[in-house]
Amino acid sequence: MPPPTVEELVDGLLAGNRRALSRLLTLIENDSPEGRRALRLLYPKSGRAHTIGLTGSAGAGKSTLSGAIAREMRRRGRTLGIVAIDPTSPFSQGALLGDRIRMQDLTSDAEVFVRSMATRGNLGGLAPSTAGVVTALDAFGKDVVLVETVGAGQDEVEVAAMADTTVVVLTPGFGDDVQAMKAGIMEIADILVVNKCDLPNADLIARQLSAMMDASPLARKTPIVKTAGAHGEGVGELLDALEEHRAYIATTNVRESHRLAQARHQVLTLARQRLIDRLVAQHGGDGRIDALAEQVARREIDPHSAADLLIGE
Amino acid sequence: MADDKIRVLIAKPGLDGHDRGAKVVARALRDAGMEVIYTGIRQTPEMIAEAALQEDVDVIGLSILSGAHMELFPRVVKALRDREIKPDEVLLFAGGIIPDADIEPLKGTGFQAIFGPGTSTEDIIAFVRDWAAKRPARAT
Repeated sequence: MPPPTVEELVDGLLAGNRRALSRLLTLIENDSPEGRRALRLLYPKSGRAHTIGLTGSAGAGKSTLSGAIAREMRRRGRTLGIVAIDPTSPFSQGALLGDRIRMQDLTSDAEVFVRSMATRGNLGGLAPSTAGVVTALDAFGKDVVLVETVGAGQDEVEVAAMADTTVVVLTPGFGDDVQAMKAGIMEIADILVVNKCDLPNADLIARQLSAMMDASPLARKTPIVKTAGAHGEGVGELLDALEEHRAYIATTNVRESHRLAQARHQVLTLARQRLIDRLVAQHGGDGRIDALAEQVARREIDPHSAADLLIGE
Repeated sequence: MADDKIRVLIAKPGLDGHDRGAKVVARALRDAGMEVIYTGIRQTPEMIAEAALQEDVDVIGLSILSGAHMELFPRVVKALRDREIKPDEVLLFAGGIIPDADIEPLKGTGFQAIFGPGTSTEDIIAFVRDWAAKRPARAT
């Protein structure tokens, strides 16, 4: 039997076929010509889902909390796509994707679709094709698409350029309040979660975060929710905060300006990658890039001049 | 920049909780450059098939030590078929404690290889790579 065409798969996806969805996610993830064709067809059908980004340091409990959020969303009647991202090894280019372990019980619920992705060399906390995968799950008709980033440090803020609502997960012992005042990951939070709140000092860190938010010049005060994802504690409150934020961005013009900024970011990111691919395709074979790199390494010219020479031709 | 990774699901059906072998294989395949989804222990055939569907894997490796393979493995194959995943579309292999007498009957249900104790991970990697080199196109 010949493989299906992209158009057939897209029709299948829009009709609710999960196998077609899954196949398309692979094509999109591989950034193949078929994947790009699929996204052209799917993009106009997307934009309806509430996209939520969940980020925080490794071991903060993101996967467990994703599972708990999904269970509560299901209790409230929402359908859900989850994109769980784990790192690619810089040495072997392989990856071990283990986020499903924390979501085993969800596998028996046909209204929850979990997809694991590897970062494939991308920095910033996401995989390169995450936005496309979210678009497909959104077009499939999921009410909510939850993206769980790799364990993030202070600067993996890319998820905010993709989600309607960004949740930053912290744990007690995450550092003193000076850490909290640092720029980067703390600033992208629409909701702050203190997870593992059954550990000592959870109240202390929640109070410190609250004091920091009181001093913030932003119009909307970032809510702080205490959860214990493993026991489901506080997850109802987190869902309330998510719904509140969704209503907030829908009733103000925040969502429109947010999505405009995100679209701009996405277009520029893709254009940048295309330009680099074109340069490499053009000069990778003729040795021009290697020749310039050698000149720079020998200190004969500086890197800026070499870049000018490369693109100036 | 198309990038066709080999995606593998490593799963443990049934009730035995010894997943050292599964983890060794998962890690070896990762170190060979594959993307390996590990689901954890005590999976039902339906959970395994559902994970294979959602993750669109090329390869499914089952590990079992409990002796229930003749009961559980055909149910995995059926759960895959129920989801329109045919044995010729994925590479299905297994490892663990499986008597020689059971190997041919399992191959008849769609398993392409059974790796017993003492198998080198190099052999498993080579087997998966050989299969992947010949895998059919996903879409046109």
